[in-house]
Amino acid sequence: MAEPVTLSRKDFSSDQEVRWCPGCGDYSVLTAVQLLLPEMGLRPENQVFVSGIGCSSRFPYYMNTYGVHSIHGRAPAFATGIATARPDLDVWVITGDGDSLSIGGNHTIHALRRNVNLTILMFNNQIYGLTKGQYSPTSEVGKVTKSTPFGSVDHPFNPISVALGVEASFVARTHDMDRKHMMETFRRAHDHQGAAFVEIYQNCNVFNDGAFDGIVAKDQRAEMLINLRHGEPIVFGDEGQHGVIIEDGEARIVEVASVGLDRIAVHDEHRVDPSFAFALSRLSWGPVMPTPIGIFRDVERPVYEHEVARQLAAAQESGVADLDALLGAGNTWDVV
Amino acid sequence: MTAETTSPVQPPETLERVVIRFAGDSGDGMQLVGDRFTDVSAAFGNDLATLPNYPAEIRAPAGTIAGVSSFQVHIAGRDIVTPGDAPNLLVAMNPAALKANIGDLIPGGAIIANTDAFEPRNLEKAGYLGNPLEDGSLSSYRLYAIPMTTLTLEAAKDTGAKPRDAERSKNFFALGLIAWMYTRPLESILAWIDERFAKNKIVHDANLAAFKAGYHFGETAEIFEHAYAVPAAKLEPGRYRNITGNVATAYGLIAAAQQAKLPLFLASYPITPASDILHELSKHKKFGVRTVQAEDEIAAAGMAIGASYAGHLGVTTTSGPGVDLKSESMGLAVSIELPMLLIDVQRGGPSTGLPTKTEQADLMLAMYGRHGEAPMPIVAAYSPSNCFDAVIEGARIALKYQTPVMILTDGYLANGSEPWRYPTSAELPDISVPFQTETNGEHPDGTPRYLPYLRDPETLARPWAIPGTPGLMHRVGGIEKQDVTGNVNYEPANHELMMHLRADKIAGIAADIPLVEVDDPSGEAELLVLGWGSTWGAIQAAARRVREGGAKVAHAHLMHLNPFPSNLGDVLRRYPKVLVPEMNLGQLSRLVRAEYLVDAQSLTKVQGLPFRAAELEAKMLEMING
Repeated sequence: MAEPVTLSRKDFSSDQEVRWCPGCGDYSVLTAVQLLLPEMGLRPENQVFVSGIGCSSRFPYYMNTYGVHSIHGRAPAFATGIATARPDLDVWVITGDGDSLSIGGNHTIHALRRNVNLTILMFNNQIYGLTKGQYSPTSEVGKVTKSTPFGSVDHPFNPISVALGVEASFVARTHDMDRKHMMETFRRAHDHQGAAFVEIYQNCNVFNDGAFDGIVAKDQRAEMLINLRHGEPIVFGDEGQHGVIIEDGEARIVEVASVGLDRIAVHDEHRVDPSFAFALSRLSWGPVMPTPIGIFRDVERPVYEHEVARQLAAAQESGVADLDALLGAGNTWDVV
Repeated sequence: MTAETTSPVQPPETLERVVIRFAGDSGDGMQLVGDRFTDVSAAFGNDLATLPNYPAEIRAPAGTIAGVSSFQVHIAGRDIVTPGDAPNLLVAMNPAALKANIGDLIPGGAIIANTDAFEPRNLEKAGYLGNPLEDGSLSSYRLYAIPMTTLTLEAAKDTGAKPRDAERSKNFFALGLIAWMYTRPLESILAWIDERFAKNKIVHDANLAAFKAGYHFGETAEIFEHAYAVPAAKLEPGRYRNITGNVATAYGLIAAAQQAKLPLFLASYPITPASDILHELSKHKKFGVRTVQAEDEIAAAGMAIGASYAGHLGVTTTSGPGVDLKSESMGLAVSIELPMLLIDVQRGGPSTGLPTKTEQADLMLAMYGRHGEAPMPIVAAYSPSNCFDAVIEGARIALKYQTPVMILTDGYLANGSEPWRYPTSAELPDISVPFQTETNGEHPDGTPRYLPYLRDPETLARPWAIPGTPGLMHRVGGIEKQDVTGNVNYEPANHELMMHLRADKIAGIAADIPLVEVDDPSGEAELLVLGWGSTWGAIQAAARRVREGGAKVAHAHLMHLNPFPSNLGDVLRRYPKVLVPEMNLGQLSRLVRAEYLVDAQSLTKVQGLPFRAAELEAKMLEMING
């Protein structure tokens, strides 16, 4: 066992030049992760960053950890293989909105359904950046892009709703303008046992600049970001004057003064039924309305690779298997 | 039943070999009867080969030709290599089974028909105008018309089984009858019935009663002249068991992992005819085997590569449509140079094609089915038990050369069975390779570093450093990498260098695989038959017949299809005539023509069925005499 050594951001930074566009939101996510890992006392050799394809998926190259830059959409599959083979490792999935919800939608929902112990950081910039500006499955209806010169007619995914819909055991949202919030969210996601899905609102300053300004700009946050805090009434605004109530399964924004604080929903991350969190996820259809950030859901349920390991251990309880016994099982006969 | 009561009155006639085909509706349990008969014959010591043939539909419309399921078994008192061209005996449980199979029966062969099923509705469904059992149309065969359903119901009447359930035991009646006809020892069948139906007494009793009734019917009905004996074969000394290709593949994987000192990780998506490998391996958690039923074929490939990256022997199993879907992942595995196995149990294509039938039409897919230059070694099994060896050889290559390997079997091998002189684990090769645990290079300032693409000068393999190893953190990915460092690199000369390194690594395996051997007893043959995969048995059988007839023919069979054995060009050029029989439209023949500029003639068959020895014999003789 190595002596505990205090590591720093430098120990988690590779020698490769970071090649995102200047001003890209990806830089701040990278910084948050590189600061967080040493702060959490994690060892670089036990971290594996697995990505798909897209701008954010270059992330592993910049981490001085183990990493796989895989193929488009398939990072959750590669990560599932790694995590199932090696439950001792911390496996992170770095993905984007196109990678995880378009070409890789199937793997995303199945990794969440199985509850593989993965920390999935989904960089949502609502655009295809690496292919230079086509609309994505999270782009708003009417989005004018190179592939939709007359405006997109596709209805977008709400990634938080998707994750809750497949009963992900940990679902959270953060944004690239708040390092402290990102680090705290990532820490919780990492510590969660099972699949943790984190949507990061991330600005693409080249193809979709300012997509989230309406909610994450400093002067907008108080009115437009709803900070979810476990056990507290869901209120926002400078004075906490706005609140959220849930009636008939539907979340609505109200003025606290007009309904009374006792009618305001109290956030509960640990509700087994995902409906409460789902209702919260429906408050905003895009970053143009008051939007909840923080942890929507954090529940315990069996972790895939732990269950796999448990079955193996149970089967091996009575001793090690013998290949010769296997080959010679059943009817055999001797020819002399 | 005891040995005393099972002896037929007349002494049995001894046969050197016999081919029996059980045919019925897909709900009639013909595969089960075939399996049992095979098992008892194997244990008895016959050499044997089997050919199951069943519809893709789980329950095709009852009584129709489309719904016919059959199982052919060839048992012999000598070494045999195919399930037999034409049955000597056809067991037909209904008119459709008769109609679908009668054309294959040898002239003068025997038919045992269940007369109860030859009623107007079934006859009509099978397209018969009259009843072939009665209209004399089968007069050139020996016909045994037996009311199997009636006799089964009668036998089972005291078991408590309802008539509709008892009727389903009629396959056991057939099995009992055939067991009598061919003087099979009964112990293992009786033990199997006891074990298999232990939890359901009524079903157990009905099946046992039907089996005994069939056996006693043969003994007492006096419609059979006598029973037949097929003596035990003189096989190479050793301990034998019976095995199908898919089980041999699964066992080969367990053995390969053990000999590699690695945990085995299989990710697979259900697909015919490969699913049985997943089923088999899922049972063997005692060996530490992890199996994941993935959400799709692509995920299965990704999971297997992920497991290999993490230090396991990663494997994915599938059939042709799954290989299509895994292609992009395999390209990544080629690029990041990790050891993993892709096992393709080939079936009839294109598209969904013939899911339950055999074909060898994925060779070009295995060779070239990835974008860019992405070479993969290919190993093909040639018999059911050889699947075991092919998998271990594939794993050896994958580990030593740090490369994904394609292993080709097919539906015929997967479901066919044969006696196998199985090895002991002491006879298996050690195929382990060490993980990289130390740095292997230096930064310009002299500090140590890990170079993930610093190759072994002999094999060109890169080191395998797995997560969790301190100091060797590194990134791999599909973007072109700089030689030695593995860093992302787009330089023209580096790309060309890496393309050649990847190609040379695979080509270099030729020095590390056995030379192709030629079976040419006289040494004077002018015709060489070059085969690969499951055509081995049929080519061997045909070559024997040709030689028995006094002509000369040579046979060479490829297990390694990429790279080819290093002497293949010399071998091909030694023979004035080369014939390449394949269950595709000429894929290997095109490869050898392109590679060696030899005038290889192609013989193709794409009917979803293996070659018959007679077909090959005819073509060989035509070329020898031509």
